[in-house]
Amino acid sequence: MADLLWIFIGAALVQNFTLSYFLGLCPFFGVSGRLDVAFRLGLASTFVMCIASAGAWALESYVLVHAPYLRLITFIVVIASTVQFVEMAVKKLSPGLFRALGIFLPLMTTNCAILGLALFQTQKGYGFVQGQVFALGGGLGFTLALVLMAGLRVEAQLSDVPSVIRGTALNLIIAGILSLAFMGFAGLFGEA
Amino acid sequence: MSPSEVDMKAYEEFLKGIWRENPVFVQVLGMCPMLAVTNTAVNAIAMGGATTFVLLGSSFLISLLRRFVPKEVRISTYIVVIATFVTAADFLLQAIVPAVHKELGAFISLIVVNCLILGRQEAFASKHSVRFALADAAGMSVGFTIALFLLGASREVLGFGSLFGVPLFGSTFEPWVVMILPPGGFIMLGLLLLIGNAWKQRRLQASKLERRAA
Repeated sequence: MADLLWIFIGAALVQNFTLSYFLGLCPFFGVSGRLDVAFRLGLASTFVMCIASAGAWALESYVLVHAPYLRLITFIVVIASTVQFVEMAVKKLSPGLFRALGIFLPLMTTNCAILGLALFQTQKGYGFVQGQVFALGGGLGFTLALVLMAGLRVEAQLSDVPSVIRGTALNLIIAGILSLAFMGFAGLFGEA
Repeated sequence: MSPSEVDMKAYEEFLKGIWRENPVFVQVLGMCPMLAVTNTAVNAIAMGGATTFVLLGSSFLISLLRRFVPKEVRISTYIVVIATFVTAADFLLQAIVPAVHKELGAFISLIVVNCLILGRQEAFASKHSVRFALADAAGMSVGFTIALFLLGASREVLGFGSLFGVPLFGSTFEPWVVMILPPGGFIMLGLLLLIGNAWKQRRLQASKLERRAA
Protein backbone atom coordinates (compact mmCIF):
# COMPACT_ATOMS: atom_id res chain seq x y z
CA MET A 1 0.00 0.00 0.00
CA ALA A 2 2.76 2.40 1.00
CA ASP A 3 4.48 1.41 -2.20
CA LEU A 4 1.49 2.47 -4.30
CA LEU A 5 1.19 5.74 -2.41
CA TRP A 6 4.82 6.48 -3.16
CA ILE A 7 4.33 5.74 -6.85
CA PHE A 8 1.32 8.06 -6.89
CA ILE A 9 3.00 10.97 -5.15
CA GLY A 10 6.22 10.39 -7.04
CA ALA A 11 4.46 10.64 -10.39
CA ALA A 12 2.24 13.55 -9.39
CA LEU A 13 4.65 15.81 -7.53
CA VAL A 14 8.26 14.71 -7.13
CA GLN A 15 8.82 13.70 -10.73
CA ASN A 16 6.04 15.73 -12.22
CA PHE A 17 5.78 14.76 -15.88
CA THR A 18 5.63 18.25 -17.21
CA LEU A 19 7.83 20.18 -14.86
CA SER A 20 10.67 17.75 -14.33
CA TYR A 21 10.54 15.44 -17.35
CA PHE A 22 9.40 18.05 -19.88
CA LEU A 23 6.62 15.84 -21.15
CA GLY A 24 3.44 17.25 -22.62
CA LEU A 25 4.81 20.72 -23.15
CA CYS A 26 2.79 21.45 -26.28
CA PRO A 27 -0.59 21.41 -24.52
CA PHE A 28 1.11 22.86 -21.44
CA PHE A 29 1.88 26.04 -23.36
CA GLY A 30 -0.92 25.73 -25.88
CA VAL A 31 -4.06 25.35 -23.77
CA SER A 32 -2.99 26.97 -20.54
CA GLY A 33 -4.50 30.29 -21.57
CA ARG A 34 -7.81 29.54 -19.87
CA LEU A 35 -8.28 27.92 -16.52
CA ASP A 36 -11.40 25.82 -17.16
CA VAL A 37 -10.20 24.46 -20.49
CA ALA A 38 -6.84 23.58 -18.96
CA PHE A 39 -8.52 21.67 -16.15
CA ARG A 40 -10.70 19.62 -18.48
CA LEU A 41 -7.89 18.83 -20.90
CA GLY A 42 -5.90 17.63 -17.92
CA LEU A 43 -8.69 15.27 -16.89
CA ALA A 44 -9.15 13.98 -20.45
CA SER A 45 -5.41 13.29 -20.63
CA THR A 46 -5.55 11.48 -17.29
CA PHE A 47 -8.26 9.23 -18.67
CA VAL A 48 -6.27 8.47 -21.83
CA MET A 49 -3.21 7.81 -19.69
CA CYS A 50 -5.02 5.22 -17.57
CA ILE A 51 -6.26 3.37 -20.67
CA ALA A 52 -2.88 3.65 -22.37
CA SER A 53 -1.21 2.28 -19.27
CA ALA A 54 -3.55 -0.73 -19.20
CA GLY A 55 -3.02 -1.28 -22.92
CA ALA A 56 0.73 -0.99 -22.60
CA TRP A 57 0.72 -3.47 -19.73
CA ALA A 58 -1.34 -6.01 -21.68
CA LEU A 59 0.84 -5.64 -24.77
CA GLU A 60 4.01 -5.84 -22.75
CA SER A 61 3.04 -9.02 -20.94
CA TYR A 62 1.42 -10.95 -23.81
CA VAL A 63 2.75 -9.67 -27.13
CA LEU A 64 5.97 -7.77 -26.79
CA VAL A 65 7.82 -10.52 -24.96
CA HIS A 66 7.97 -12.15 -28.36
CA ALA A 67 8.72 -9.06 -30.41
CA PRO A 68 10.25 -6.24 -28.32
CA TYR A 69 11.16 -4.16 -31.37
CA LEU A 70 7.46 -3.51 -32.03
CA ARG A 71 7.02 -1.70 -28.71
CA LEU A 72 6.95 1.86 -29.99
CA ILE A 73 4.64 1.13 -32.91
CA THR A 74 2.10 -0.82 -30.89
CA PHE A 75 2.06 1.71 -28.06
CA ILE A 76 1.43 4.59 -30.37
CA VAL A 77 -1.39 2.73 -32.11
CA VAL A 78 -3.07 2.01 -28.76
CA ILE A 79 -2.78 5.66 -27.79
CA ALA A 80 -4.03 6.91 -31.15
CA SER A 81 -7.13 4.73 -30.98
CA THR A 82 -7.86 5.73 -27.38
CA VAL A 83 -7.56 9.37 -28.31
CA GLN A 84 -9.92 8.83 -31.25
CA PHE A 85 -12.43 7.29 -28.86
CA VAL A 86 -12.12 10.11 -26.35
CA GLU A 87 -12.53 12.62 -29.15
CA MET A 88 -15.81 11.04 -30.23
CA ALA A 89 -17.02 10.87 -26.64
CA VAL A 90 -16.21 14.51 -25.91
CA LYS A 91 -17.80 15.64 -29.15
CA LYS A 92 -21.01 13.86 -28.22
CA LEU A 93 -21.13 14.68 -24.51
CA SER A 94 -19.79 18.22 -24.41
CA PRO A 95 -19.68 20.08 -27.74
CA GLY A 96 -18.58 23.28 -26.00
CA LEU A 97 -15.47 21.64 -24.59
CA PHE A 98 -14.85 20.03 -27.98
CA ARG A 99 -14.69 23.46 -29.61
CA ALA A 100 -12.60 24.97 -26.82
CA LEU A 101 -9.98 22.23 -27.03
CA GLY A 102 -9.81 22.44 -30.80
CA ILE A 103 -6.67 20.98 -32.28
CA PHE A 104 -5.29 19.93 -28.91
CA LEU A 105 -7.74 17.07 -28.59
CA PRO A 106 -6.46 15.06 -31.61
CA LEU A 107 -2.97 16.27 -30.76
CA MET A 108 -3.19 14.25 -27.57
CA THR A 109 -1.93 11.40 -29.73
CA THR A 110 1.38 13.18 -29.91
CA ASN A 111 1.29 14.22 -26.27
CA CYS A 112 4.62 12.94 -25.07
CA ALA A 113 3.30 12.65 -21.53
CA ILE A 114 1.08 9.75 -22.56
CA LEU A 115 3.66 7.83 -24.58
CA GLY A 116 6.26 8.71 -21.97
CA LEU A 117 4.08 7.23 -19.28
CA ALA A 118 3.72 3.95 -21.19
CA LEU A 119 7.48 3.79 -21.77
CA PHE A 120 8.49 4.68 -18.22
CA GLN A 121 6.04 2.13 -16.87
CA THR A 122 7.74 -0.55 -18.95
CA GLN A 123 11.17 0.68 -17.95
CA LYS A 124 10.30 0.51 -14.27
CA GLY A 125 8.67 -2.90 -14.64
CA TYR A 126 5.32 -1.92 -13.08
CA GLY A 127 2.49 -4.42 -12.99
CA PHE A 128 -1.14 -3.64 -13.79
CA VAL A 129 -2.16 -2.00 -10.50
CA GLN A 130 1.10 -0.12 -10.13
CA GLY A 131 0.72 1.06 -13.73
CA GLN A 132 -2.79 2.36 -13.06
CA VAL A 133 -1.64 4.24 -9.96
CA PHE A 134 1.32 5.61 -11.88
CA ALA A 135 -0.99 6.76 -14.70
CA LEU A 136 -3.42 8.36 -12.26
CA GLY A 137 -0.62 10.15 -10.44
CA GLY A 138 1.03 11.28 -13.65
CA GLY A 139 -2.26 12.48 -15.11
CA LEU A 140 -3.27 14.40 -12.01
CA GLY A 141 0.22 15.89 -11.79
CA PHE A 142 -0.10 17.00 -15.39
CA THR A 143 -3.51 18.51 -14.63
CA LEU A 144 -2.08 20.29 -11.60
CA ALA A 145 0.77 21.75 -13.65
CA LEU A 146 -1.65 22.85 -16.38
CA VAL A 147 -4.00 24.53 -13.92
CA LEU A 148 -1.19 26.27 -12.03
CA MET A 149 0.28 27.49 -15.29
CA ALA A 150 -3.09 28.74 -16.50
CA GLY A 151 -3.58 30.66 -13.25
CA LEU A 152 -0.15 32.24 -13.50
CA ARG A 153 -0.66 33.19 -17.12
CA VAL A 154 -3.96 34.91 -16.34
CA GLU A 155 -2.14 36.90 -13.67
CA ALA A 156 0.70 37.72 -16.04
CA GLN A 157 -1.72 39.05 -18.61
CA LEU A 158 -3.02 41.60 -16.14
CA SER A 159 0.35 42.80 -14.99
CA ASP A 160 2.62 45.31 -16.62
CA VAL A 161 5.25 43.27 -18.43
CA PRO A 162 7.72 44.80 -20.93
CA SER A 163 6.52 44.05 -24.43
CA VAL A 164 9.78 42.41 -25.46
CA ILE A 165 9.29 39.46 -23.12
CA ARG A 166 5.58 38.89 -23.75
CA GLY A 167 4.53 35.63 -25.36
CA THR A 168 6.49 32.41 -25.34
CA ALA A 169 9.56 33.82 -23.61
CA LEU A 170 7.50 34.91 -20.61
CA ASN A 171 5.63 31.60 -20.48
CA LEU A 172 8.89 29.68 -20.51
CA ILE A 173 10.34 31.70 -17.68
CA ILE A 174 7.15 31.33 -15.64
CA ALA A 175 7.33 27.58 -16.25
CA GLY A 176 10.95 27.62 -15.13
CA ILE A 177 10.04 29.26 -11.84
CA LEU A 178 7.15 26.83 -11.37
CA SER A 179 9.51 23.95 -12.04
CA LEU A 180 11.92 25.40 -9.50
CA ALA A 181 9.11 25.37 -6.96
CA PHE A 182 8.30 21.74 -7.75
CA MET A 183 11.92 20.81 -7.13
CA GLY A 184 11.15 21.50 -3.49
CA PHE A 185 9.17 18.24 -3.45
CA ALA A 186 12.32 16.31 -4.26
CA GLY A 187 13.22 15.89 -0.60
CA LEU A 188 9.73 14.72 0.34
CA PHE A 189 10.50 11.01 0.58
CA GLY A 190 14.27 11.01 0.48
CA GLU A 191 15.96 9.66 -2.61
CA ALA A 192 13.48 8.52 -5.28
CA MET B 1 10.72 25.42 -64.26
CA SER B 2 14.23 24.90 -65.55
CA PRO B 3 16.52 22.57 -63.58
CA SER B 4 18.50 25.46 -62.07
CA GLU B 5 15.28 27.12 -60.90
CA VAL B 6 14.23 23.89 -59.21
CA ASP B 7 17.58 23.79 -57.47
CA MET B 8 17.15 27.38 -56.35
CA LYS B 9 13.74 26.65 -54.92
CA ALA B 10 14.93 23.54 -53.12
CA TYR B 11 17.78 25.57 -51.67
CA GLU B 12 15.31 28.17 -50.43
CA GLU B 13 13.21 25.46 -48.75
CA PHE B 14 16.40 24.32 -47.07
CA LEU B 15 17.35 27.79 -45.85
CA LYS B 16 13.94 28.69 -44.45
CA GLY B 17 14.20 25.92 -41.85
CA ILE B 18 17.45 27.30 -40.56
CA TRP B 19 16.48 30.89 -40.18
CA ARG B 20 13.11 32.31 -41.17
CA GLU B 21 11.03 29.37 -39.94
CA ASN B 22 13.42 27.90 -37.41
CA PRO B 23 11.43 25.12 -35.73
CA VAL B 24 12.58 26.03 -32.23
CA PHE B 25 12.98 29.77 -32.08
CA VAL B 26 10.22 30.77 -34.49
CA GLN B 27 7.67 27.97 -34.45
CA VAL B 28 8.42 26.74 -30.91
CA LEU B 29 7.84 23.11 -31.87
CA GLY B 30 9.41 19.96 -30.49
CA MET B 31 10.05 21.44 -27.09
CA CYS B 32 9.73 18.25 -25.07
CA PRO B 33 12.80 16.36 -26.32
CA MET B 34 14.62 19.62 -26.69
CA LEU B 35 14.46 20.71 -23.09
CA ALA B 36 14.82 17.26 -21.61
CA VAL B 37 18.15 16.29 -23.12
CA THR B 38 19.97 19.56 -23.63
CA ASN B 39 21.93 19.65 -20.41
CA THR B 40 25.19 19.03 -22.26
CA ALA B 41 26.36 19.89 -25.76
CA VAL B 42 27.08 16.24 -26.65
CA ASN B 43 23.58 15.09 -25.70
CA ALA B 44 22.11 17.96 -27.66
CA ILE B 45 24.00 16.97 -30.79
CA ALA B 46 23.10 13.29 -30.41
CA MET B 47 19.46 14.25 -30.11
CA GLY B 48 19.74 16.55 -33.11
CA GLY B 49 21.35 13.75 -35.11
CA ALA B 50 18.66 11.22 -34.23
CA THR B 51 15.92 13.70 -35.06
CA THR B 52 17.60 14.50 -38.37
CA PHE B 53 17.70 10.83 -39.29
CA VAL B 54 14.03 10.33 -38.46
CA LEU B 55 12.89 13.51 -40.15
CA LEU B 56 14.79 12.86 -43.38
CA GLY B 57 13.70 9.23 -43.53
CA SER B 58 10.04 9.82 -42.85
CA SER B 59 9.82 12.89 -45.10
CA PHE B 60 11.33 10.86 -47.92
CA LEU B 61 8.97 7.93 -47.49
CA ILE B 62 5.84 9.98 -46.96
CA SER B 63 6.58 12.20 -49.91
CA LEU B 64 6.97 9.06 -52.06
CA LEU B 65 3.70 7.64 -50.74
CA ARG B 66 1.75 10.89 -50.85
CA ARG B 67 -0.54 9.81 -53.70
CA PHE B 68 -1.38 6.45 -52.13
CA VAL B 69 -2.25 7.37 -48.56
CA PRO B 70 -6.00 7.97 -48.09
CA LYS B 71 -6.76 11.27 -46.43
CA GLU B 72 -8.75 9.72 -43.56
CA VAL B 73 -5.93 7.62 -42.21
CA ARG B 74 -3.02 9.87 -43.04
CA ILE B 75 -2.10 10.84 -39.50
CA SER B 76 -1.98 7.21 -38.36
CA THR B 77 0.10 6.34 -41.40
CA TYR B 78 2.56 9.13 -40.64
CA ILE B 79 2.83 8.06 -37.04
CA VAL B 80 3.54 4.46 -37.95
CA VAL B 81 6.19 5.51 -40.49
CA ILE B 82 7.79 7.83 -37.95
CA ALA B 83 7.70 5.17 -35.23
CA THR B 84 9.48 2.76 -37.56
CA PHE B 85 12.30 5.20 -38.19
CA VAL B 86 12.55 6.05 -34.50
CA THR B 87 12.88 2.38 -33.65
CA ALA B 88 15.70 2.14 -36.18
CA ALA B 89 17.38 5.26 -34.76
CA ASP B 90 17.06 3.84 -31.26
CA PHE B 91 18.86 0.63 -32.20
CA LEU B 92 21.47 2.49 -34.25
CA LEU B 93 22.38 4.76 -31.35
CA GLN B 94 22.48 1.81 -29.00
CA ALA B 95 24.94 0.09 -31.31
CA ILE B 96 27.16 3.07 -32.10
CA VAL B 97 27.26 5.20 -28.94
CA PRO B 98 25.90 3.14 -26.03
CA ALA B 99 26.92 5.74 -23.43
CA VAL B 100 24.91 8.52 -25.05
CA HIS B 101 22.01 6.14 -25.65
CA LYS B 102 21.91 5.36 -21.95
CA GLU B 103 21.93 9.03 -21.05
CA LEU B 104 19.11 9.92 -23.43
CA GLY B 105 17.08 6.87 -22.40
CA ALA B 106 13.39 6.99 -23.18
CA PHE B 107 13.72 10.35 -24.86
CA ILE B 108 14.97 8.70 -28.04
CA SER B 109 11.70 6.79 -28.26
CA LEU B 110 9.86 9.98 -27.52
CA ILE B 111 11.04 11.44 -30.84
CA VAL B 112 7.91 9.75 -32.20
CA VAL B 113 5.78 12.37 -30.55
CA ASN B 114 7.99 15.30 -31.49
CA CYS B 115 5.39 17.65 -32.98
CA LEU B 116 8.04 19.03 -35.33
CA ILE B 117 8.29 15.78 -37.26
CA LEU B 118 4.58 15.10 -37.58
CA GLY B 119 4.07 18.77 -38.38
CA ARG B 120 6.50 18.66 -41.31
CA GLN B 121 4.85 15.54 -42.73
CA GLU B 122 1.40 17.08 -42.53
CA ALA B 123 2.37 20.56 -43.69
CA PHE B 124 5.03 19.80 -46.25
CA ALA B 125 6.14 16.28 -47.19
CA SER B 126 2.61 15.10 -47.96
CA LYS B 127 2.14 17.88 -50.51
CA HIS B 128 5.51 18.17 -52.25
CA SER B 129 7.79 16.09 -54.41
CA VAL B 130 10.61 14.07 -52.90
CA ARG B 131 13.30 16.60 -53.70
CA PHE B 132 11.55 19.50 -51.97
CA ALA B 133 10.46 17.32 -49.07
CA LEU B 134 14.06 16.30 -48.49
CA ALA B 135 15.28 19.89 -48.76
CA ASP B 136 12.65 21.01 -46.28
CA ALA B 137 13.44 18.15 -43.88
CA ALA B 138 17.17 18.85 -44.09
CA GLY B 139 16.65 22.56 -43.39
CA MET B 140 14.34 21.92 -40.45
CA SER B 141 16.76 19.34 -39.03
CA VAL B 142 19.74 21.65 -39.29
CA GLY B 143 17.73 24.48 -37.72
CA PHE B 144 16.59 22.17 -34.93
CA THR B 145 20.09 20.85 -34.30
CA ILE B 146 21.58 24.35 -34.20
CA ALA B 147 18.97 25.41 -31.68
CA LEU B 148 19.55 22.29 -29.58
CA PHE B 149 23.26 22.89 -29.66
CA LEU B 150 22.89 26.53 -28.59
CA LEU B 151 20.69 25.53 -25.71
CA GLY B 152 22.82 22.54 -24.72
CA ALA B 153 26.10 24.43 -24.93
CA SER B 154 24.89 27.40 -22.93
CA ARG B 155 23.43 25.14 -20.24
CA GLU B 156 26.60 23.07 -20.06
CA VAL B 157 28.84 26.13 -19.83
CA LEU B 158 26.78 27.62 -17.01
CA GLY B 159 25.88 24.42 -15.21
CA PHE B 160 29.10 22.40 -15.44
CA GLY B 161 31.58 25.12 -16.43
CA SER B 162 32.65 23.03 -19.39
CA LEU B 163 31.98 22.53 -23.10
CA PHE B 164 32.02 19.03 -24.64
CA GLY B 165 33.34 17.88 -21.27
CA VAL B 166 36.37 20.20 -21.43
CA PRO B 167 36.52 22.49 -18.39
CA LEU B 168 36.58 26.15 -19.36
CA PHE B 169 37.05 28.19 -16.23
CA GLY B 170 39.50 26.39 -13.97
CA SER B 171 38.88 25.17 -10.44
CA THR B 172 37.56 28.43 -8.99
CA PHE B 173 34.35 28.25 -11.03
CA GLU B 174 31.24 27.65 -8.96
CA PRO B 175 28.87 25.68 -11.21
CA TRP B 176 25.39 27.11 -11.62
CA VAL B 177 23.72 23.79 -10.91
CA VAL B 178 20.17 24.92 -11.58
CA MET B 179 20.99 25.34 -15.27
CA ILE B 180 21.42 21.61 -15.82
CA LEU B 181 18.29 20.79 -13.81
CA PRO B 182 14.81 21.02 -15.35
CA PRO B 183 14.08 24.67 -14.38
CA GLY B 184 17.29 25.75 -16.10
CA GLY B 185 16.00 24.33 -19.38
CA PHE B 186 12.84 26.41 -19.27
CA ILE B 187 14.62 29.54 -18.16
CA MET B 188 17.47 29.23 -20.66
CA LEU B 189 15.13 28.74 -23.60
CA GLY B 190 13.06 31.66 -22.33
CA LEU B 191 16.19 33.83 -22.23
CA LEU B 192 17.24 32.76 -25.74
CA LEU B 193 13.79 33.63 -27.07
CA LEU B 194 13.98 36.91 -25.18
CA ILE B 195 17.26 37.80 -26.88
CA GLY B 196 15.71 36.93 -30.23
CA ASN B 197 12.70 39.14 -29.50
CA ALA B 198 14.86 42.05 -28.40
CA TRP B 199 16.91 41.79 -31.57
CA LYS B 200 13.79 41.67 -33.73
CA GLN B 201 12.27 44.71 -32.00
CA ARG B 202 15.45 46.65 -32.37
CA ARG B 203 15.61 45.90 -36.07
CA LEU B 204 11.99 46.92 -36.48
CA GLN B 205 12.69 50.23 -34.77
CA ALA B 206 15.79 50.81 -36.88
CA SER B 207 13.84 50.25 -40.09
CA LYS B 208 11.12 52.63 -38.86
CA LEU B 209 13.70 55.34 -38.14
CA GLU B 210 15.24 54.81 -41.54
CA ARG B 211 11.90 55.25 -43.24
CA ARG B 212 11.26 58.43 -41.29
CA ALA B 213 14.65 59.81 -42.26
CA ALA B 214 14.12 59.01 -45.92
